[in-house]
Amino acid sequence: MTGFLQNTFNGLVSGAFYALLALGLAVIFGMLRVVNFAHGAFYMLGAFGAYVLLSEAGVPFWAALVVMPVALGLLGMALERAVIHRLTRLDPLYNFLLTFGLTLILQDLVKNRYGVQSSPYATPAELSGSLDLGLFDFPTYRVFILGFTVLLCVAVWWVLSRTRVGLVVRAATERPELTRAFGIDVGRWVTPVFGFGIGLAGLAGVLAAPMRAVNPLMGADLIIVVFAVVVIGGLGSIFGSVAAGFGIGLVQAWGEAYLSDFPIVSQTAVFVVMAVVLLWRPAGLFGREEAPA
Amino acid sequence: MAAASAVVVLLVAGCGGGGPQSSGGQKLTGDRIVLGVLNDQSGAYSELSGKNSVKAVELAVADFKAKYGDRAVTRNISVETADHQNKPDVANSKAAEMYDRRGVDLILDVPTSSAALKVADVAKEKRKLYFNIGAATTDLTGKSCNRYTFHYAYDTYMLANGTGKSTTEQIGKNWYILYPNYAFGQDMEKSFSTAITQAGGAVVGRDGAPFPNTAGDYSTYLLKAPTLKPKPDVLGTMQAGAELVNVVKQYNEFKLRDKGIGLAVGLMFITDIHSLTPAALAGTTYTDAWYWNFDQRNREFADRFRAETGTRPSFAHAANYSAASQYLEAVQAAGTDDADTVVGGLEGKTVDDVFLRNGKIRAEDHRVVHDAYLAQVKPAAEVTEPWDYVKVLKTIPAAEAFRAPSPDCAL
Repeated sequence: MTGFLQNTFNGLVSGAFYALLALGLAVIFGMLRVVNFAHGAFYMLGAFGAYVLLSEAGVPFWAALVVMPVALGLLGMALERAVIHRLTRLDPLYNFLLTFGLTLILQDLVKNRYGVQSSPYATPAELSGSLDLGLFDFPTYRVFILGFTVLLCVAVWWVLSRTRVGLVVRAATERPELTRAFGIDVGRWVTPVFGFGIGLAGLAGVLAAPMRAVNPLMGADLIIVVFAVVVIGGLGSIFGSVAAGFGIGLVQAWGEAYLSDFPIVSQTAVFVVMAVVLLWRPAGLFGREEAPA
Repeated sequence: MAAASAVVVLLVAGCGGGGPQSSGGQKLTGDRIVLGVLNDQSGAYSELSGKNSVKAVELAVADFKAKYGDRAVTRNISVETADHQNKPDVANSKAAEMYDRRGVDLILDVPTSSAALKVADVAKEKRKLYFNIGAATTDLTGKSCNRYTFHYAYDTYMLANGTGKSTTEQIGKNWYILYPNYAFGQDMEKSFSTAITQAGGAVVGRDGAPFPNTAGDYSTYLLKAPTLKPKPDVLGTMQAGAELVNVVKQYNEFKLRDKGIGLAVGLMFITDIHSLTPAALAGTTYTDAWYWNFDQRNREFADRFRAETGTRPSFAHAANYSAASQYLEAVQAAGTDDADTVVGGLEGKTVDDVFLRNGKIRAEDHRVVHDAYLAQVKPAAEVTEPWDYVKVLKTIPAAEAFRAPSPDCAL
């Protein structure tokens, strides 16, 4: 029983990363209809930024947790204004290619400066060690990640469902044309929402630095799974992306724990789930069929 | 992504073809010697081999010219390089291109076992020399061995024999083995299990983790380890590169060392210790083919290497230097670069250089045997200079470090 709970807990921690990344992808897709392939690269920049801040300027983890998402969010906004914005009227494929190209450029710039070898990043002293959770001990840092992510998701949910800004974003995400028809300036929210999504990716990167290998390809490895998560949750569905993120984390952890003789299962589980969901509900678990234009 | 690599593969494949050159009659083909370094120049292994392996080979060329001066068989020695991206198909066509069109006499390095085996086939077909340094598979001197292929630095048997045997004897008998579930990992798991059992230990659990592990999470296995009965004394991880970094970070997170489970690493390079920091690995044992600060002779080479590259050499770098030097010496002695003549001179030769201690180029299977080292990562407090991260616990004599010639190999 303890083992099951531990594995469940771990699945949720892995899921927290998926959820943060998928949430950013979902709001960006909802608002801009852009499939942001560069999301993984911003996740990587978040982790690398934390490493560079610590090793070259002595900036601790806590400060990086604030600085990096904000800095990357601003960079994201600048990119949206400078290039992505210009392609949104064209076929979505153009922006997909653009962000794919951006990914390669960002990865190679980091590779060129820091090499492919993983860079060291220690767990902050306050969060090292383990916590007694009653039934079992668990690494403090993992408890922190899970708690922090859940709080953040609740906060995002609150902003979206209880504030006027959230109302506009939700409306614009689900029915952009109709929202415009009500005289709401959807355009002015596009850039901040893109920046917000990128900021979340950066945040996930900073959180990953102490427990995962920090190297230029860390985002490229993860992003494919995150895309599958977003599709399962329903493209553009904010709740769906978070739920699917945690769900896939659990499926992978349980698969590894209880089907360890068949490693192929946990490796492909996410894609099998995606295929099944697409057959059963083509718009994803929580997605809504696009209204015919 | 897939489309992009397909284009690259097509472009590269287009460069292959052409028949082997004949080299009989003349002293040196084209009156020159061309060394070709074929390795990973941008991916996961580019730090432990990559461009710095090229530098090491260039250093060997410079030393050869300085040593022989006007008596050298030729002063026209050049170094060609190519990036095989760790892909067997790319390695295959690049190797053919090197031998056929770039006049390469000897291909060096070639990390990644699957790519290394392809190049062995090319060397055999073109009847040109190939010294593999970067790859681990024992098949290079087993069922895929051939007259023109030599395996220089290390292999899975050497790693398992060194680490598996001595860790079982010195640290603990019960092992839990975690390996990446593909050819290299499976090969390592088998080699380790054999070595552990022979040393009187037992493998109480073994798990193949998905490869590549996109989630980057190994917590399931790390949680499982302490619950196994009997409880393992050692976690043996066969992961390499970034995956190894993930495993070790999470091993520390779950405090397995405090729970009485030590860590043994199947394959580790000095560059891995650098990226994890010695603190994260303190006490970990592994088998090293060469260590830069082992003695004064190694240190002098490491100083020269640092002057060229700004970093300390991994064992692969030192082995590339040594392999290039030994080849040039063999050509000098033979007076020709004719592959068959040079092979004849190399077979059975005993060698002692900065990399090869008590070295011997075995005629039976072309395994280059030499002393190996059981190393342990120092506690952070004992690290007094950058890159000096390990102490050598013991030297494993050349005769014991490698397996006996395999019956699978018929040259």
